[in-house]
Amino acid sequence: MKLRLPGAGLLEGLAVTGRNMVESFYKKERMTTVQYPEERAPISPNFRNFPFLVYDGDAKTGLRCTACSICEKECPPQCIYIVLDRDENGKSLKRPKVFDIDLSVCMNCGICSEVCPFDSIYMDGEYELSTDDRFGGLLFGLDRLAKSAEYHMKLRPEQASEVMARRKADEEKKAAAAAAKAAKAKADAESKAKAAAEAKTEEKGESA
Amino acid sequence: MNLSAIPSATPSLFSPELLPRLPQRLVEIILQSIGAPEWLVSIAGFGVAAGTVVGVFAGAFALLSLIERKTLARVQNRIGPNRAGWFGILQPVADGIKMLTKEDIVPAKAEKLLHLLAPILIVLPSILALGVIPYGREWTPVPLELGLLFFFAVGSMTELSIFIAGWASGSKFPMLGAMRAISQMVSYELPLMIAGLGVIMVSGTLSLPRIVELQSGFHLGFIPAWNICTPWGLVAGLLFYICSIAEANRCPFDLPEGESEIVAGHMTEYSGFKYALFFMGEYLGLFAISGLGITLFLGGWQAPFPGLDFVPSWFWFFGKLALVIFSFLWIRATYPRVRIDQLMRFAWLCMIPMALLTLPAAGIWTLLNRGGHGLLAWLVTVPLLLVPWVIIAVIFNRRLAPATRTYRFADS
Repeated sequence: MKLRLPGAGLLEGLAVTGRNMVESFYKKERMTTVQYPEERAPISPNFRNFPFLVYDGDAKTGLRCTACSICEKECPPQCIYIVLDRDENGKSLKRPKVFDIDLSVCMNCGICSEVCPFDSIYMDGEYELSTDDRFGGLLFGLDRLAKSAEYHMKLRPEQASEVMARRKADEEKKAAAAAAKAAKAKADAESKAKAAAEAKTEEKGESA
Repeated sequence: MNLSAIPSATPSLFSPELLPRLPQRLVEIILQSIGAPEWLVSIAGFGVAAGTVVGVFAGAFALLSLIERKTLARVQNRIGPNRAGWFGILQPVADGIKMLTKEDIVPAKAEKLLHLLAPILIVLPSILALGVIPYGREWTPVPLELGLLFFFAVGSMTELSIFIAGWASGSKFPMLGAMRAISQMVSYELPLMIAGLGVIMVSGTLSLPRIVELQSGFHLGFIPAWNICTPWGLVAGLLFYICSIAEANRCPFDLPEGESEIVAGHMTEYSGFKYALFFMGEYLGLFAISGLGITLFLGGWQAPFPGLDFVPSWFWFFGKLALVIFSFLWIRATYPRVRIDQLMRFAWLCMIPMALLTLPAAGIWTLLNRGGHGLLAWLVTVPLLLVPWVIIAVIFNRRLAPATRTYRFADS
């Protein structure tokens, strides 16, 4: 057994705390606390709470949401409320007139973002949502839910770029299909016109 | 020697040495100039002098409550309070406002009058004790001839008020806490007084200003002739230091308010400003007991090095006070709370025997030094204190140290 002076352990303890105190003044790595309101810890891409809506380009017209109401139906606590926007003839404009999420009801399950077929709704990284108005302050409408695609890209780069690539490919495919369709329609029309002309001549012949 | 309240020959009204007495002197001069009777002048003077001391230490209490939190935070690698004002400088103000605006709850089973009296009675002795300490060459608020005796007599009142608080709350935790507090404080008061006794023996006086004056001068030109620089003084000073931690109810001896076991001890049933008064009493008591320790062992207001006499003497006192208080904070940040049985055994088996040994050591030291055998004094007193200390420490370690732990997976 090592022979130690009685009380040596006490002094060792004092040395440890003293070192802690002195080094806390000049060693950055000692102060591990993030000084919250001034600085923020980076949030993980897997961080997810309350949903938001993505728009491309303009906030009013560029919404990806088509008001299909799948998320509204899937939402377990029923916190989403959607009204489809229609023109004066009652025809669907394929965009939401009202899109409300009651954050006091939402349970952050993320099912809405999983079921959305239009890549429109995603879980947000926002966490400073406290308010003194527990009804109006927590009922988010389109104005507070709509966020740009760039925001999504910044929040979750991997997911957003994957979505963007897929949407671009889809769009190209769609454009190609449209072009093919248009060409086909043209060809169809031409052949139809030809057939009609032929039929006309035949009719003429018959009648003659 | 003349120890009357106001030294007759004062160099100048505005000299730094007399700065703390300036309010008192001004009030006296103003009252004399308007022709007030002599008794009124002296009473007003004493009132202002007392007010100065209370004001200084109330301010120091506010400051310490912030510095303590800051220091503990730094030891734990945090920043500490930094929201109220510049670097949290207004934190004591915010705490005070919070304490004042809190609801004052008196339990239904409490003894109403005693419940109210206890927090007042706990601040009172601390303030009284602060009155007799010599803060500077010219600044002793009440220069009593029996100052040390007065200090100990008043200091014992703290136990009484703690017990009043525990009893009047009409609840179990305060009662248990108060009983623990009494047993602890009575046990540690014994070695505290015995350690102080050696100083009385050597100084031959109970007057605190006189004790400080006797510690003036330097050995070999640079070692201050403080009591702590003698073998018996070192031991007695250390004992006094440990006992003053226990008397002030500070960590690691803060069992009376052991929040993990008995909520907050005698303060459990208090809220609002009464609760704050308990803390104030505790901190003022801390100042008082540290001030007494400085007076008895650390040379009071004497400068630590020769040639520093141009600095006002009260500066040295408060510098030493700050260092002692800081050491208390450091200890609080380091050691865990002791158990009650360890605490009592430590007091009765270690502190009191060692404190009793300092008495013959102090006597031998004085006798041999008076006879001119300085070297012989060292040769006799050092073994007299060192050998029993080693024996006690070894026995104590054997008995109380927990068996060395073996960890199955961590050590390999």
